[in-house]
Amino acid sequence: MMSKTDAEIRFGNPAELHGTKVQIPYLITEKNTFKRMDDEDKQETQSPTMSPLASPPSSPPHYQRVPLSHGYSKLRSSTEQMHPAPYEARQPLVQPEGPSSGAPGAKPPRHKASLIRSFSVEREPHDNSSNYPDEPWRITEEQREYYVNQFRSLQPDPSSFISGSVAKNFFTKSKLSIPELSYIWELSDADCDGALTLPEFCAAFHLIVARKNGYPLPEGLPPTLQPEYLQAAFPKPKRECTLFDSYSESMPANQQPRDLNRMEKLSIKDTADFPVPTQDVTSDDKQEQNKTRLALKSTADEALPKDMSEDPATSKDSNSLKARPRSRSYSSTSIEEAMKRGEDPPTPPPRPQKTHSRASSLDLNKVFQPSVPATKSGLLPPPPALPPRPCPSQISHHNVNSERSAHPKPPTQLPNYGDFRLQKQSEQVSEAEIHPQLNRAPSQVAESSPTKKDIPHSQPPSKPIRRKFRPENSATESQEPPSTVGGPVSAASGKPHAAVQKQSSKQKKAIQTAIRKNKEANAVLARLNSELQQQLKEVHQERIALENQLEQLRPVTVL
Amino acid sequence: MAVCVAVIAKENYPLYIRSIPTENELKFHYMVHTSLDVVDEKISAMGKALVDQRELYLGLLYPTEDYKVYPSHQSPCVESTFPNQLCRYGYVTNSKVKFVMVVDSSNTALRDNEIRSMFRKLHNSYTDVMCNPFYNPGDRIHSRAFDSMVTSMMIQVC
Repeated sequence: MMSKTDAEIRFGNPAELHGTKVQIPYLITEKNTFKRMDDEDKQETQSPTMSPLASPPSSPPHYQRVPLSHGYSKLRSSTEQMHPAPYEARQPLVQPEGPSSGAPGAKPPRHKASLIRSFSVEREPHDNSSNYPDEPWRITEEQREYYVNQFRSLQPDPSSFISGSVAKNFFTKSKLSIPELSYIWELSDADCDGALTLPEFCAAFHLIVARKNGYPLPEGLPPTLQPEYLQAAFPKPKRECTLFDSYSESMPANQQPRDLNRMEKLSIKDTADFPVPTQDVTSDDKQEQNKTRLALKSTADEALPKDMSEDPATSKDSNSLKARPRSRSYSSTSIEEAMKRGEDPPTPPPRPQKTHSRASSLDLNKVFQPSVPATKSGLLPPPPALPPRPCPSQISHHNVNSERSAHPKPPTQLPNYGDFRLQKQSEQVSEAEIHPQLNRAPSQVAESSPTKKDIPHSQPPSKPIRRKFRPENSATESQEPPSTVGGPVSAASGKPHAAVQKQSSKQKKAIQTAIRKNKEANAVLARLNSELQQQLKEVHQERIALENQLEQLRPVTVL
Repeated sequence: MAVCVAVIAKENYPLYIRSIPTENELKFHYMVHTSLDVVDEKISAMGKALVDQRELYLGLLYPTEDYKVYPSHQSPCVESTFPNQLCRYGYVTNSKVKFVMVVDSSNTALRDNEIRSMFRKLHNSYTDVMCNPFYNPGDRIHSRAFDSMVTSMMIQVC
């Protein structure tokens, strides 16, 4: 029976085959049977497996495969066809084609191309240098990019998983039978967690594509589809490629077992990572072109050889798990450092506002406007953008004036201001209100923000005070008071503001009362003025009348 | 050496059954089926507060003609004098999925711990099968990995 011969040949081959790809007779389910004929023309992966009768394979990865007994294969042959026949046919091909993988590699990609186009992916016959002569199971860059894009369509985060249900729906679209898909899943989900990471997904996708192209599914995950291999050996994308960034993003994601948690951290900072990781140097030879990535890769590469050297099936996961925390630690530090480098230095603290020597006048203008509608109230709301510095100086001047020149005579000071304000142009009352309010506001501002006032600022305020008074003077058209005020202002530069504030409050009240009085006086005087003017008019009229009478009488006599 | 391994669903229909001597496959099927009664009996006897793996392992079920079936909690087994003494062991998961294993007791080196480890492997493989999204619970198990694992059990013990 074919199985027997195949088995014999098979078991004879391991000794011959180098880099052993022993095909252990394993009865594939019916899903593969109809593809057998086509398979003979194609090269098939020879996944190294453990055979009880053959020498242990020298190839690094071991799959979760159990060597079947020769007798057992016979048992199953009755119900299922033997798959190894095509494998056997290929085995002799494997060896000679091992070193020269170009020719056979050309075929499968072509076959795949037809199918891959169905997936809208164009393949090129591409043989990557590798130790494994299993061309059909090697993922080319284009395929890889396609897989990665498909992965991203399902799961935006390349470092995260695709859940089983999502993957199931996606792969069901390939219209393969459920048992086949189940088997593909079984092959590709290396850690059997019910979810697919990026390399697992690529492997599964690749298997599906190969299956659609007519390749029988391998009995074990081919070495080129193993997650470690996919992560380590995949050629780096070209930098010029526009997909580079996304691809590079997927590359570290491909080192999934190690980079998983790391990439989760980085996923938020993807854009920032790419310029940053370029600074990191990777030590892996395979990553020559890809110098960007992350120092993580170096750590991942360190972990990789360990993984490759150990048993795949059970130890693989443990190794990857061990590698994960290691890489995580490395990556976190390196990435954080990189991020710190990439980040701009923190903005310098806002400089403390210094005296707005020149802005004092502007501030006063601001003070003017809000203070205009304000009524005579005890406490006026300070203008919003009024720097307090000139105000205290002004107030200090007020106080100084009150203290020095007019302390014993505050009324003189106030009336000075009052006269000063009364001399204004149009509306004396309104202006009187404005200026007292102006004084109030600065005083209020000064009180409200005592901390901002600095003694050293007192001298510069002297100048602004003059300027302040000048706009006031310009508005008021009074010149004497500013001169008088300017004098004491300059002299009062050294006064502390705290005392000034207390005095200013008293001054406020005094000023307010004086203002009221003045206003009343103004009103009274205005009335008087009007009355007197009326009387004057009347008197004038009488006079005119009398003169007329006189003239009427005179001409009679003057003749 | 396990001559037969069976995975029985909660509803007592087989999800997976495989035996090495295929010529007696039907007999094995019957054997497993009968052992289910014992399993159910044990489950009910244990009560509801059992989540321990120790409880999962039922041990030898019951004796039969050809095969020796040891119940775990019942009285000591009744040893038969037949040369081919096959022992049946049971194992129940928390989801009431039962594993029944018929072991050829000719190899008396099989200790309880070995049986337990075999069941543990079975359980792990079964969970891996469950993780496959394409596997619908209640379907027959066609997983190659599962098959290979069972085969290894059968071979190793052989």
